[in-house]
Parts: sequence; C-alpha cells; structure tokens
Amino acid sequence: MPTVIEVTDLRKSYGGRAVVDGVSLAVEEGEIFGILGPNGAGKTTTVECVEGLRAPDGGRVRVTGLDPVADHEKVSRVLGAQLQQSELPPKLTVREALELYASFYPDPLDRAPLAERLGLAGKLATRFGKLSGGQRQRLFIALALIGNPRVVVLDELTTGLDPRARRDTWELIEDVRDRGVTVLLVTHFMEEAQRLCDRIAVIDKGRVAALDTPAGLIRRSAGATVISFTPSAPVADHDLTALPDLASVERKDGRITLSGTDETVNAVITLLARHRITAHQLRVVDATLDDAFLDLTKEEAA
Amino acid sequence: MNTAVLRTEFRLFCREPGAVFWVFLFPTLLLVILGSIPSFREADTSLGGLRPVDAYVPVAVLIALIMAGVQTLPQALTGHRERGVLRRMRLTPVRPSALLSAQMVVQGTVALGSALLALLVGRLAFGVPLPRQPGGYLLALLLAAAAALALGSVVSALSRTTKIAGAIGSAVFFPMMFCAGVWIPVREMPHAMARVVQSTPFGAAARALDQAAAGHWPGWEQLGVLAAWTILLTAGAARWFRWE
Repeated sequence: MPTVIEVTDLRKSYGGRAVVDGVSLAVEEGEIFGILGPNGAGKTTTVECVEGLRAPDGGRVRVTGLDPVADHEKVSRVLGAQLQQSELPPKLTVREALELYASFYPDPLDRAPLAERLGLAGKLATRFGKLSGGQRQRLFIALALIGNPRVVVLDELTTGLDPRARRDTWELIEDVRDRGVTVLLVTHFMEEAQRLCDRIAVIDKGRVAALDTPAGLIRRSAGATVISFTPSAPVADHDLTALPDLASVERKDGRITLSGTDETVNAVITLLARHRITAHQLRVVDATLDDAFLDLTKEEAA
Repeated sequence: MNTAVLRTEFRLFCREPGAVFWVFLFPTLLLVILGSIPSFREADTSLGGLRPVDAYVPVAVLIALIMAGVQTLPQALTGHRERGVLRRMRLTPVRPSALLSAQMVVQGTVALGSALLALLVGRLAFGVPLPRQPGGYLLALLLAAAAALALGSVVSALSRTTKIAGAIGSAVFFPMMFCAGVWIPVREMPHAMARVVQSTPFGAAARALDQAAAGHWPGWEQLGVLAAWTILLTAGAARWFRWE
C-alpha cells in the first residue's frame, strides 16, 4: 500500500508551549486512520499541519509526496477536509454551496449523485442557516468530497450530533472509504474510533502514545479482559491477588470485578470450582478501547 | 478574480434587505425627502445661487459610498471570518483573497449604482443638472469609492467579531457623514473647519464632486488627499487583516 500522508517528527509550539512534540505517523492508501486523544492533546494542530493551514516549526509533512505549505494549491486538489467549528454564510443554499465549491476544482464529482448519497437531495434549496446539525455535517462532508480528493480529513465530525445522526455519519465514512478515498479521522469518541478505524494513533500531550489497530491497542493494555460476578460465598483477598496476569480487583456491593487476560479468567474459574463457590451473573467481556485509551494516557502521565 | 465567488457574494448581498436598503435605496430616498421640501428647491444666495437640493445630490452619492464602505463591507468580511468561511476557503485551490476582492467589487458596484440612481432621480425629479465635468466627476467618484472600501477593510481588519465591526463602523460612520456634508455642506463650513474636513477622504470627495458638478476639473489637492487615504488605508488593511 502506498503511503498517502507522511508525518515525520512534527513539532509545533504556541507561545513557547510545545503543542505537537515529535509526532510521526504514516497513513496508507485506502485506510481509515484515526487520531485519538484527549482534548488539547495536539490532534487538531497535527491535522492542520497536514492540511497546510499551519506551518510546522520542525519535522516534515508530506501529502501524496507534496509539502502542504509550499505546494498548497496542489495539495488542496488531492486533499478534502472538514473543519472543526466551521460554518457557511447562513443565507447560502445547499445547492449554491455545492456549485460554488465544485467550481474550485478541475475535476469535481457530479453534484446530484453526491447530494443523493449524503441524503441532501431534498435539501438543495434550503439555506445553510436552516439546516440541522446533522445536515450541516453532511454538507461539510459533501464539500470535502466534491473535489474528488484522494484523501479526506474529518475533524471531530460527529461532535454534537445525536446518536442516530452519528451512526448515519459512520456509515457515510465507511462508504467513502469503500470508494477508495483514504480517510484521516480525528475524534475523541472511542466507540467511533473502534467501529471505523483500521489503525489508530493515540496522541497525548503532543506525542504518539501508541499506534496500532483498535484490537491491538486493546490487547496491549493491561486489563484487556474484564470478569465480574457475585460469589455465593466470600472469596479471600489473597486468593484473588494471587491470580495470574491480574491488572485490577474491585469489590462493590458484594460483586467482584477483575481485569486481566484469558489466563486470569481460567484461573478464576478454577479457583471458584475448588472452593465450590458459585459465580452468579458471571460476565466476561473484552475491555473496550475506552479502557485501553485510559490505560495508555495514564501511563504517559505517570 | 473568481467569477463563481463573485456571483455568490452578489447573491448573498441581495439577500440582505438591510444592506440593499441602506446602500442602494436610502441615499436616493433621503434626496427625495429633502427635495420634497419646497424651500429646498429655491435658489439660495449663500450656496452661490444653487438650490439646497442641488447641493444634496453629491451628499447622497457619498452616503452610498460610506454605507457600503464602513457598514456593509466590514459586516460581510468580518462575518465570513467569524464563521470560518475564509478559513474553509484556504483548504480549496482558490485563495481566500478571492472572497475579499469579490466583496470589494460587489460593494463598490452597488454603491456606484446607488450613486447613479441618486444622480438620475435628482435630474428627473428635481431638475438637478448632471455633472458638467463627467470625466472629473467619475474620477473623483472612483477614488472616493476606493477610499471607502479601503476604510471598510481596515474596520474589518481591526474587528474580531461582527459586533465589534458594527460598533467601529458606527463610530466611524457619523464623522464621515459630517465630513461628506450631510449636516452642513462642505463649501458652507467656516474656513478652518473646511480645511480640516477637506483633509478627510469624504470631505475631499465632497469638494471634488462639487467642483466637477459645476463644470470644473476637481482640484489636484482633493484628488491627492483621496489617493493618499486610499494608499494609506489599503496598506493598513493589508498589514492588519487576518484570515482567521
């Protein structure tokens, strides 16, 4: 797979504070690449350097081999983007916005199928100011795609959307990827990253804390598997702490919650069987990306 | 100049009833109201034999330029910046400066159209003669429009939000109207005041338009003042304007 976006040791400071402090990542053609991190971690600054809106203080950024600052015009033809907190003039209609942005590109997509695909076909005569949050986001996705780009950057796309609109938007993003467009997705929603991304870079305090597939990130974190049950008889603390690969123990209202690995699960079941204790409401679940994320960003803080 | 951007900006202008009214209709409306007062249609010796309505045609022309320059232009530009429209445009192959120049063309064209309307209504309704030195009149008018747009760009450059742009615009608006001769025609002002007023863009423009209306080539002093202001304000706007 050829690399579409290449970021090498990117650095950017504001007022002496390093917001991006040596970020490196490579986005391959045809994947959905997620940038995940807490607020203020440097996610948006990183993608703004990719978009050419900001010039890096150090390091190198290449989009299809081009420098987004020096070759801004060329990059803008292959990279479409949706910005966090951006608006259009309230009295501009959807059709006019699509026509205007289509006119900027040498080889734009056909407006009618694009509007159809994004569920905007019935809203073409509606002014931007009258659109709902979900409709606005769909219009911004349409504007990001209208130039027929090779890569799109979507920054906090679903923030502020209701769960229904969020799920619809996810389907759209998968649809975009299925058409061969590489997607760089900035988010702070774990569920979104887990569902959509092929690979994720977790950014914390301006650095890449981890870069892996969602499953890889979860496996890597200490408590990848969570076991919870209500025992029929008391279980001694020393028995629990002796369990292999144990990451944490929690007791609450007579219920025990352990996190660890598959090894831990096997050992708990053996332990309970040996003491003839029944595990009521036994649940064994894989940790979510949420847990992995908290684990990764906590390690960074320590 | 990007024609699609220009067309869009013109459409958006037409969808603002306030902007259309104040820039395009208000100056002529004011002329009609003043011209309807009988005493405004009688020759006045203190105006060198002119009728007050004659003196108010150039004032109406300048009001159109001032409205476009310090009211509607900064609102439109600052609004685009505030909403991130300029920033979004930076992600396209078209430079956001295309939006800036489109705004200037739209505002300038509407203001000049409004000026033409005032001249025509003055001529047809009140028998105010058309400028006797049309070339000089046009030159003074274009320079005044350039100065007004440059002033508006500076207001927009200094205003972070449309609210601030509105406040600065209003603060600039009344002195500019005074200089244009809305309350006292510039030629009637006491000597010292006239000197100060004629060193401002619209004071100089008022005098230059008066001269051209009467059949003389506008004074180089007035044209020079207008040109100097335009250059100075454009440089300021270029220095201070921010895209986001």
